[in-house]
Amino acid sequence: MSDAVLRVENIWKSFGELEVLKGISFDVAESEVKVIFGPSGSGKSTLLRCINYLDPPDKGDVYLRGVRLGDPDTDINKVRARIGMVFQHFNLFTHLKAIDNVAIGPQKVLGLSKEEARERAMDALRHVKMEKWAEHYPAQLSGGQQQRVGIARALAMSPDVILFDEPTSALDPELIGEVLQVMLDLAQEGTTMIVVTHEMGFAKSVADEMIFIDKGVIVERGTPHHFFTSPESERAQQFLHKLEELYGQSEEKRNTLVDRDA
Amino acid sequence: MPTILWILLVRGVPDALQITFFGLAMGFGIGLILALMRVYGTEEMGWVAEAYEKVLRGIPVLVLIYIFTFGASSIFWFVDPIQRPIVGAYVALGIRSGAYQSQIFRGAILSVSEGQVIAARALGMTGFQTQIYIVLPQAFRIALPGWSNEYAVVIKDSSFASDVGVFEILKVVQNVTANHPELWLPSMGIVTLIYFVFTYPVTRYFGKKQKGAVGEFGREVIWA
Repeated sequence: MSDAVLRVENIWKSFGELEVLKGISFDVAESEVKVIFGPSGSGKSTLLRCINYLDPPDKGDVYLRGVRLGDPDTDINKVRARIGMVFQHFNLFTHLKAIDNVAIGPQKVLGLSKEEARERAMDALRHVKMEKWAEHYPAQLSGGQQQRVGIARALAMSPDVILFDEPTSALDPELIGEVLQVMLDLAQEGTTMIVVTHEMGFAKSVADEMIFIDKGVIVERGTPHHFFTSPESERAQQFLHKLEELYGQSEEKRNTLVDRDA
Repeated sequence: MPTILWILLVRGVPDALQITFFGLAMGFGIGLILALMRVYGTEEMGWVAEAYEKVLRGIPVLVLIYIFTFGASSIFWFVDPIQRPIVGAYVALGIRSGAYQSQIFRGAILSVSEGQVIAARALGMTGFQTQIYIVLPQAFRIALPGWSNEYAVVIKDSSFASDVGVFEILKVVQNVTANHPELWLPSMGIVTLIYFVFTYPVTRYFGKKQKGAVGEFGREVIWA
């Protein structure tokens, strides 16, 4: 356990009668990129929200560097400050400029001075190549730009691990690339990440391990190489096949669009 | 004519504004607490807040003013008896305005997206910090047009205080016209003008400000 940044141990979660998670366990090591994928409704987003206790699990434990989140003595806000989160719909603070969206965490949660927080925020914006947009409000930014600010907001807290909840699913196809590029850079710099995504290209290039979840359980796990050459379970095979079909189709569509433009 | 206008302004306006100010301020505190109870409180807290709104909105304002002046002067034992009618008036208007401001703030708080609250909590903010830095700054801006409307309601309803002897604008007119009935029509004209001057610019200004605010951080993507 000592070398794991994050340990997820037998997580169960239900909403009323509906059992969403049924015993999920895995470890995330330092600098590891873990990709979680599976059909919609399989509990991926709930899993991420259980990991930082936004939705406390009904059963099971989460440890961040050995500290048990469910422990009554644990200050959950302090722990959350060390777990970054990036959202499908960005969830930027609409009344704050990009720089303030990023600076407010370091200033109000970590207790940095205003100047220090802004400096740190500027560094984070530079990291995602958004420094030129620092003084813009979210409504003045494209989806891809907003998501990069969302990533900078997580980065500025210098978290131990960052959770990505389908970060490109709400983006127009032509904006996905810039966000994926930032995530690829982060992965290559050694950022510890848990990424829920259907972007198999991303998974292929940087995932250390992929976890396929369906109906609240881990059906299969392995390296990208394993999944893209010889997935064992029928469900994973079917799902990957569907993704490929869909991805191929949209790729085709993109190409015809480009052709028409030309 | 100019003399009457002078008397009205000097003698009546300060009391009317005082009632309005304290009524709105008190309503602001009550309304905000009720709204937070309804949005974030337990089910029971929600019931209490809702019951408060329903009851207070169902009572005519003049009845409330009577209750808090004639009926409850013993509550205000610490207040100079001469000041009791005006204190009763702004308590009456305040607790009623709270019932309406609660609705304004509740709607405004709810219109701040849930996602931003989750994002703030995920950053490690406490529930209180999330309110102070994220939800309320946005909610207040969203509430401005509704709130300026409530200001207009309260300043106009402050005229009911004339009935319990507060020397606000209408009471001054009543006193003047008791001795000079021929001045009734021009006096009423001036009263109308005074209320208009105190309401219209405010509702118009905040209406415009809201439009500006939406332009600044509105939900639609301008730059895509």
